[in-house]
Amino acid sequence: MAKNEPAHFGDPSLPAWSLPAGSADRIAIGVEWPERVTREWAWGGSTGEGVRVCILDSGIEPNHPLVGELQGSVAMVKTESGEISFTDDAEGDLCGHGTACAGIVRSLAPKAGIFSVRVLGAGFKGSGPVLLGGLRWAIEQGFDVINMSLSTTRRQFAELLHELADSAYFRRTVLVASAHNMPVESYPWRFSSVISVGSHEEQDPLTYFYNPSPPVEFFARGVGVEIAWLGGGTIRSSGNSFATPHMAAICALVLAKHPELTPFQLKSVLYLTADNVGGGGRSEAAS
Amino acid sequence: MTDLRAAVAAGTLGSEESYKALLQSIVEVARAIFGARASSIFLHDVKTDELVFEAVAGEGAGELVGRRFPSSTGVAGWVLVTRQPLVIEELEQDPRFAREAAESTGFVPKGLMAVPLLHDEQALGVLEVLDRPQQAVFSLKEMELLGLFAHEAAIALDLLQRAREARAVLEEEGGESEALARFAAYLADAEPEQREAAQKLLEAIEALLRASAAGPEGL
Repeated sequence: MAKNEPAHFGDPSLPAWSLPAGSADRIAIGVEWPERVTREWAWGGSTGEGVRVCILDSGIEPNHPLVGELQGSVAMVKTESGEISFTDDAEGDLCGHGTACAGIVRSLAPKAGIFSVRVLGAGFKGSGPVLLGGLRWAIEQGFDVINMSLSTTRRQFAELLHELADSAYFRRTVLVASAHNMPVESYPWRFSSVISVGSHEEQDPLTYFYNPSPPVEFFARGVGVEIAWLGGGTIRSSGNSFATPHMAAICALVLAKHPELTPFQLKSVLYLTADNVGGGGRSEAAS
Repeated sequence: MTDLRAAVAAGTLGSEESYKALLQSIVEVARAIFGARASSIFLHDVKTDELVFEAVAGEGAGELVGRRFPSSTGVAGWVLVTRQPLVIEELEQDPRFAREAAESTGFVPKGLMAVPLLHDEQALGVLEVLDRPQQAVFSLKEMELLGLFAHEAAIALDLLQRAREARAVLEEEGGESEALARFAAYLADAEPEQREAAQKLLEAIEALLRASAAGPEGL
């Protein structure tokens, strides 16, 4: 299900490798930017409807009251021949991590479609290839947002992950990934084509900050968060794992209102509406 | 690790016992600093894909070391596979977790902090701190402190694993590897004059080996 190319690109079969004289119309920008980008403009009134969010994680518990209906649920598995394949996921969530992330997205973007791709939970061994296979599959499906509250430290996967992250970026799939708060090299959050997220300590779920000292680009709510827990309940928890779906949900809200935004433009909107940047501001928070 | 390098390493690296003592000291300090009821370090056993209690301070100390559970279960399992630290409060509200926790730790914690032990590009295990004082509000400062402990624990766990690997090679090989390990250990502890003499002897052996490897023409 490839995403539709926006009409303003003209003939979608012609890639914009260069721009001949007099053809600037071909790359007209399909967004009317206001003089000042505010949260009201960015996502005022949005429920996330029409946007498809993929939770690449441990699966999602079916019918959890804080998550509700899923658009679909698959598990990535390693076949006997060693290939990574997908199958309908009947097991739900084995550890609770994916359900927690899905619950946060649902709480902020109540009408966004949520899809589960399970890459964790079947043991630690082989988790790298399964993670890569799951991400590749999710990008091919053309999800608007992919939430990755996980990372790998294995350098052998870094190059491939980098390629996948870039291909998502060019295909207008936004990867939102948890940053590490320890001095270790891990991926994919360090890549500039993804939106990387760390935690702040405030309690407002729509408060987020732009970090002028990357690699972590944004700080979202990640301390004392009430998360969906296995068995239909909730529990309080902290970690960048839960800051990430807050940003993923905000991306969904913006994309529902402005579906033509590229990941670059979306990141610019997030920057302009961050709490520590002039264009945003809590007083103008849309919801 | 090659057999001979393992043999020398087994002779000169610290012993498994000293690294275990270091891990134990780390959980004791972590427990004391956080004012927690217990603290544990789990090692990920790659061969069996299980997490193993390697050091425990406070509640469960003395009983849990050596106990194993599958790497994909529980909060420690989340942390290991996602490589993300995690703090969870009000755990006792979940009866399923309470049962699992009681089975694996001997008591039901109200809350826990867990952090992956990352060394180089490996996730070697997990450090957990259970039940900080109830009035203590969790903040990112605690997370940072936990990260510092994790860094220390990961280095100790790496050394422990290396010592064990070297020991395993020796046990399998025996014979000349073991003799070499003994020699390396003596050398490491010897006085300077003895070391000098031993080094001369080694150089002579090396020259002899090089000459015989070159064959009769080289003589």
